[in-house]
Amino acid sequence: MLSDQERTELDELRTHYQTARAASVTVMKFLQAGRGYLSDESMRDVADYLQLPLIDLEGLATFYNLLFRKPVGDRVILLCDSVSCWMCGYGHIRDHLKGRLGIGFGETTPDNRFTLLPMVCLGDCDHAPVMMVGQKLHGDLTPDKVDRVLLGAARDGGATEDV
Amino acid sequence: MSETPLTAGIVRGSPARSLSDYTAAGGYEGLRAALKMSPPEVQQVVKDSNLRGRGGAGFPTGVKWGFVPLEEPGIDPGRGSLKPKYVVANCDEMEPGTFKDRLLIWGDPHQVIEGMIIAAHAIDANAGYIFVRWAYQEGANRLQRAIVEAKAKGLLGDNILGSGFSFQLHVHTSAGRYICGEETALLNSLEGRRPNPRFRPPFPALQGLWDRPTLIQNIETLACVPHILANGAEWFNDLGAGRDAGTKLYGVSGKVRRPGTYELPIGVTTRELIEEHCGGMQDGLEAKATIPGGASTMYMRPDEFDLPLDFTSLAEADNRLGTAGVMVFDNRTCLVGATLNLEHFFAQESCGWCTPCRDGLPWVEDLLRDIEEGRGKAGDVELLSKEMALIAPNSFCALALGAEGPVRSVIEKFRHELDEHVHRGGCPFEPPALPAIGGAA
Ligand SMILES: Cc1cc2nc3c(=O)[nH]c(=O)nc-3n(C[C@H](O)[C@H](O)[C@H](O)COP(=O)(O)O)c2cc1C
Ligand code: SF4
Ligand code: FES
Repeated sequence: MLSDQERTELDELRTHYQTARAASVTVMKFLQAGRGYLSDESMRDVADYLQLPLIDLEGLATFYNLLFRKPVGDRVILLCDSVSCWMCGYGHIRDHLKGRLGIGFGETTPDNRFTLLPMVCLGDCDHAPVMMVGQKLHGDLTPDKVDRVLLGAARDGGATEDV
Repeated sequence: MSETPLTAGIVRGSPARSLSDYTAAGGYEGLRAALKMSPPEVQQVVKDSNLRGRGGAGFPTGVKWGFVPLEEPGIDPGRGSLKPKYVVANCDEMEPGTFKDRLLIWGDPHQVIEGMIIAAHAIDANAGYIFVRWAYQEGANRLQRAIVEAKAKGLLGDNILGSGFSFQLHVHTSAGRYICGEETALLNSLEGRRPNPRFRPPFPALQGLWDRPTLIQNIETLACVPHILANGAEWFNDLGAGRDAGTKLYGVSGKVRRPGTYELPIGVTTRELIEEHCGGMQDGLEAKATIPGGASTMYMRPDEFDLPLDFTSLAEADNRLGTAGVMVFDNRTCLVGATLNLEHFFAQESCGWCTPCRDGLPWVEDLLRDIEEGRGKAGDVELLSKEMALIAPNSFCALALGAEGPVRSVIEKFRHELDEHVHRGGCPFEPPALPAIGGAA
């Protein structure tokens, strides 16, 4: 069920869209941001709120790269695996991240702090290799810089998204 | 009048240019000029400027505006209004190697917004959406703040500058999928439908968003418009170095000394771009190949580095300017590996709507991986070529055609690298190293 606060904030978001259907991705993103991921219950909440068939919302949630139907950690690390980053040593950064976190792509650390995902070009190719942690972009990555970013992200707990 | 009109007001790494700084530098003068003209007059200026779409296809912008039906007062009074009509700005920007629109929305959001208002006036649209990819949320926030600023000054919203023309503008942030950049998939995405492309005709100019007449333009295209209205079509024509008009944002990545976004006369050559603007190649490396316009364009060899990088010249060379995201590959980079990486992207981002693309591209990726990892057999390159040629002509949208570019051109121009992999039973190159120098321009 939606909390009163969720409902209030959603009512505001909804005003930006001409139809309920057009608001659906924004509503799902909002619940995901607050609740971590889109559980079955969250999906039903969206369907009830927008009065849309669950199957239509499922079709969107499974289509977009950044709507998560499975639990993720406090921070999602998106490592660009597209061609400019690949050419500029993406493989080294990938191996370093996997080693530091002790997980592979699609996995979450046991302390639930980080989930590691490969991501298509992040539109920052002149700073390859590049990753995003939460909403924050980190380019010109070296193994040292990755360590510093992980430390910083662990310190602020991942509770808020820093833009 | 600047020689770099799109970026002259942008300070990289700083907050967006404010409305007061933008207007102090002549911002919104283009809009003032446009509002004194009728919609067909504005369209004519843009036609005369020879502006071509910066989103990849290079379609003449003014011509596209002419496809949108305009009310003709007095001619058909019974027909009623053609509104709502929409203008949509495409900031999906997810094609690997492309990062130019990022600079424009981060640095100077008012320039894009002004371009949209002028476009709206030119087709008499009453509402607009800026469609922004998920990873650009901060850029979307900057656009949103600029919209609030513009509304407060009467530049946007109801009765703009007392002209009687009204235009409402909204920002929508997506949830990440490359196909959303394809204009009809984008419309489905905005409507909250699954973003598969739509059948054309009807074209969006007649039946687009919610089946209403809709104009879809790239962010950089829109950013050119205020300058054209303020300075004239002739001025814009004279900016180009080659046979096209205006300046162009070239986004250079790869192993050059100073990768980055460069605004230059359209028609600069690859050699000038690498040597004069990007400081040459990193130490000890040579440029072996480029891809001139994002992942869906064709490899170029050094013997093509003196071709002007404009729409006309590259089309004549069986290539495309695309997004002008120039990727520079050095002599230590394996082009089979690079092509495998590109095809992985296309296979993953296929929207799944039609079978040749959905099932064919993973097949292409697998065969390339076999060759790269030493499982290639004699005849595999011919097979790759033959199968790839079957996919795009039988697919529903241009994503599949984009996927064909790198494969076809690596076979045509770097066949020896593929053959060497097959003969040696593996990749002759070391895995790519981190850049020797960090930091971009
Ligand atoms: C798969 C695919 C992805 C695309 N992605 C983008 C994009 O991110 N941005 C863009 O402006 N155009 C993109 N396009 C081109 C658009 O369909 C459309 O041609 C363009 O937005 C029109 O604007 P323009 O005339 O100003 O270039 C893409 C096309 C395809 C086939
Ligand atoms: S060509 Fe590919 S991306 Fe385009 S509609 Fe078909 S499956 Fe979707
Ligand atoms: S290829 Fe990694 S950011 Fe573009």
